[in-house]
Amino acid sequence: MGIVDFFRARRNRRDSASVAKERLQIIVSHERAEQGGPDYLPMLRQELLEVVRRYVTVDPDAVRVDVERDDSHEVLELNITLPEQQEEV
Amino acid sequence: MSRIVVITSGKGGVGKTTTAASLASGLARAGFKVAVVDFDVGLRNLDLVMGCERRVVFDFVNVINGDARLNQALIKDKRLGNLSILPASQTRDKEALTEEGVEQVINDLRDQFDYIICDSPAGIERGSHLAAYHADDAIVVTNPEVSSVRDSDRVLGLLASRTRRAERGDAPVQEYLLLTRYDPQRVKRGDMLSVEDVQEILAVSLLGVIPESDVVLNASNAGVPVVLEENTDAGQAYDDAVARYLGDERPHRFLQTERKGLLGRMFGGS
Repeated sequence: MGIVDFFRARRNRRDSASVAKERLQIIVSHERAEQGGPDYLPMLRQELLEVVRRYVTVDPDAVRVDVERDDSHEVLELNITLPEQQEEV
Repeated sequence: MSRIVVITSGKGGVGKTTTAASLASGLARAGFKVAVVDFDVGLRNLDLVMGCERRVVFDFVNVINGDARLNQALIKDKRLGNLSILPASQTRDKEALTEEGVEQVINDLRDQFDYIICDSPAGIERGSHLAAYHADDAIVVTNPEVSSVRDSDRVLGLLASRTRRAERGDAPVQEYLLLTRYDPQRVKRGDMLSVEDVQEILAVSLLGVIPESDVVLNASNAGVPVVLEENTDAGQAYDDAVARYLGDERPHRFLQTERKGLLGRMFGGS
């Protein structure tokens, strides 16, 4: 590797620490949302995703299932993000 | 009113036992009556780190089973008279610790001690659950590294939902973060998560930052709690953490790389 390449590579390389931080923020917020919820949540999410995909092409992240707790009741919040241009499958 | 403190982490090898030994010794040195309890059944190690492995006669499980009285199993520390160690059992039977047995021992310890430090095993199984269950305070030991931070977050979730305080609806367990094996040089190079990064992700109050240091290994080799190595960086960092736990406000040290002089740069190696 020439010296110019060496310095270019150094400049373009992202800090591994900032990659780590970003990955952690995503996974931790994901796991917090599922934590404390019923064990069937991941399955529910997976099956909903399959049903949605029969009609629309969506990312694996398109279906979000969250449980919110109040003193007296629990709310199951379901969020499905459809792509901007809906394609018929 | 005694306080129960669990030292926990989820991940193994991050410094729980080192921290338990130092917190217990630091609190005892400050004049409190302290018991430190090893909950790692089958993998007893607190005795080695405290330097009392040759004096173990009875253990935690012997007390629960009624084979020994609590005061027969407690080992008095040779350095600090008001510090006692309750060693874990080396049995392979993980069911040896029962909920009722642990509760009974904790209650008996409350009569004699100001602080009861529970050194949790790694994982989120039975042993760590029992170690955390009675806690008033929790110190989550974390390395600036992805798997440790993620596991710490899991453990914080469990502390909020599966402890006695949570079950009874009492005030929640007071949680503290202790960051260990911190290397300011690697943080500066962008190779290691910074203390600010970890705090931002875990959102828990920071008790201290222990620098990566040969002193920690040397101290455990010798069976001396690091906090007693007063002239070292890691020893002073632990001393600061103990003082903060007791309510002192102390600035965080050892977070910056040392500035080397010309000679240091020429001859100092790394």
